[in-house]
Amino acid sequence: MNALLVAVFTPAVGLLLLGLVPGLTLAGWLNVGLSSLSLAGAVTLAWQVLADGPLNANGFHVDAFNVYLVALTAFVGFTTSVFSRPYMRHVCDSRHLPRRHMRLYHAMFQGFMFTMMLALTTDNLGILWVSVEGATLATVLLVSLYRTPEAVEAAWKYFILCGVGLAQALFGTILVYFAAQLALTDPTRGLSWTVLYAISDKLDPTVMSIAFVFLLVGYGTKVGLVPLHSWLPDAHSEGPTPMSAVLSGLLLNVALYALVRLKMLTDGALLGTAAPHTAGHLLMAFGLVSFLVAGLFLHRQRDVKRMFSYSSIEHMGLMTFAFGIGGPLATFGALLHMLVHSLTKSAIFVTVGHAAHIAGTQTIDHIRGLIRTQPAVGWGLTVGVLAIAGFPPFGVFTSEFLLLTATMESWPWLTVTLLAGLVIAFAGLFRHLHPMVFGVAPEGQQPVPANMAPVTVHLLLVLWLGLAIPGFLAGWLDQATHLITGSGLL
Amino acid sequence: MTHLTLLDQAVFVLAAVVLFTCFALLTQARLVATLRTFAWQGGLVAAVTALMAAAHREPHLYVTAALTLVLKAGVIPWMLHRWVRRLGLDRHVESLASPPAVTLAGVGLVIFCYWVVLPIERMELTATRNVIAVSLAVVVLGLLMMVTRRQAVSQVVGFMAMENGLFLAAVTATSGMPLVVELGVAFDILVAAVLFGVFFLQIRDAIDSLDVDRLNRLAEGMEQE
Repeated sequence: MNALLVAVFTPAVGLLLLGLVPGLTLAGWLNVGLSSLSLAGAVTLAWQVLADGPLNANGFHVDAFNVYLVALTAFVGFTTSVFSRPYMRHVCDSRHLPRRHMRLYHAMFQGFMFTMMLALTTDNLGILWVSVEGATLATVLLVSLYRTPEAVEAAWKYFILCGVGLAQALFGTILVYFAAQLALTDPTRGLSWTVLYAISDKLDPTVMSIAFVFLLVGYGTKVGLVPLHSWLPDAHSEGPTPMSAVLSGLLLNVALYALVRLKMLTDGALLGTAAPHTAGHLLMAFGLVSFLVAGLFLHRQRDVKRMFSYSSIEHMGLMTFAFGIGGPLATFGALLHMLVHSLTKSAIFVTVGHAAHIAGTQTIDHIRGLIRTQPAVGWGLTVGVLAIAGFPPFGVFTSEFLLLTATMESWPWLTVTLLAGLVIAFAGLFRHLHPMVFGVAPEGQQPVPANMAPVTVHLLLVLWLGLAIPGFLAGWLDQATHLITGSGLL
Repeated sequence: MTHLTLLDQAVFVLAAVVLFTCFALLTQARLVATLRTFAWQGGLVAAVTALMAAAHREPHLYVTAALTLVLKAGVIPWMLHRWVRRLGLDRHVESLASPPAVTLAGVGLVIFCYWVVLPIERMELTATRNVIAVSLAVVVLGLLMMVTRRQAVSQVVGFMAMENGLFLAAVTATSGMPLVVELGVAFDILVAAVLFGVFFLQIRDAIDSLDVDRLNRLAEGMEQE
């Protein structure tokens, strides 16, 4: 329990503390320190949950499914804070940002981490909604941090679209609570996920299926499912790069996590009806459309961060599709994919941040010859893109292979569509990547001080996961699979 | 229709009036009057909450009612009004594109909402279920308002009207969410209202107007340089 409190509430303390610290250097280091403290808490928590089984107390619920996301979130938060310290210093100097903007940045970085941790660990569906909405509120001012017209537009769009989307999710949550009141003797506990899951077969199927549609639209907006995705590329491309890394690597996962939890409830309620897989089918449809559309959009991007945010939509679509299929194999693959996608994508965004500094722009056409100018950044980007495109020794290959196998088992004809989508996305990424890293560098392009340690660590982890998933992690993911689908894979 | 107590009937009537204010919001071109209507809507939602508390003897709903009254009929309209004065928009009249068509679309959406909740209503558990349809309609009409308006302040009013619909749903369908959740939601809305104010300034600095249609630099398929 103490580890849980440390993991969740350290960022909350950080939010208050960093709002008061005026010095940029001190704030940067404090940000790293607080993130590492939260990471220590998360790792201890993961250890305890693995050893002693699920933890359920004081309105928190931590089981194998969310504890691995807690550890992942704290880890990516920590490495991003390491990257953001020198990076934001550089940004602050080169863009002449006022110091109070940097104070806002550091406070809100911690605020965002707090909402993520709270959303993952809470047992209460209402608090889950409050914290996902809180994540929007924490990040929206960061998207407009640079105050350019584009940044303000992106932030406004992000605010309005996610606000409206999440309003639908709240309506869905209210309907779930309504269904719980009809089934429970003590209705005040009707928002507790564990209570609801235990009686999910008694929840009214009509109410639950209507509720799930609203929840899908709501949290789906946050996941970035097409056609609700239009805020995502804007917010990613205009905000500061560390923000893009955590938005892509963490926020999308948490929204998908919420959807999967709610799908588990809906599946339970619909079990005895004529259409028990409605929720899964909806997820499959939305996921597949997102996967294909985002893959096509990759081709026509001119902004490098925009391009990688479309790649995030593509991968979130793939995971949503896999959770929709259900079954142990697909679920295991989707959980692994969540893990490797977060690690790879945040590494890519960090590298892209450096690349944009080297070239002085985010426009793909003007980023040239990275390998010539700064080999570490150039190769980092190349390896990152190889990994995210699903090339063999990396973990993304493993998870995509599992997902394809699962599709082959249950929906054979969709395998072709998936393969085509993967090829389209691959082509889209590489046609832009090739000139960026190998092209002729413009005259006078200089290397920048870059901290590639977070990127190296992330990519090595992804490589490790591709070569051999360590036994404890496989067992861990298998426990989560068991929880979601009722039967393990291993 | 089953027999309803007087208080339940009053809840119905007030919920219908909330829906009516939504239509008023849809076609109101003057910004200050829009804010006033919005404040009335918040007051009505608070009144519905208080009535539900009385009808079903749920004392914790009185807290919710007070919270709604302070937030939705007091603080948020007041904050928005202050922003409007500060930005010199007191006499701003928005040019609405075809109010009759918008009203008709609104009517269509209300019917659609009733259709969506039809399977729920067939269960006939308590008569207040009818209000789920009304609250959903309030949510959807708020959405319609956001779609049809170009002015940032009226879009925010549409957003807040949606939240009113959600409060209405929570109160009438489930006799209130647990207090901790309601406080969390109220806190989020309050923070959102503050942030909206910050954005009004940022948008005005960026494009020298609050017409968000002019925020169009990032549209997909346009030349991005």
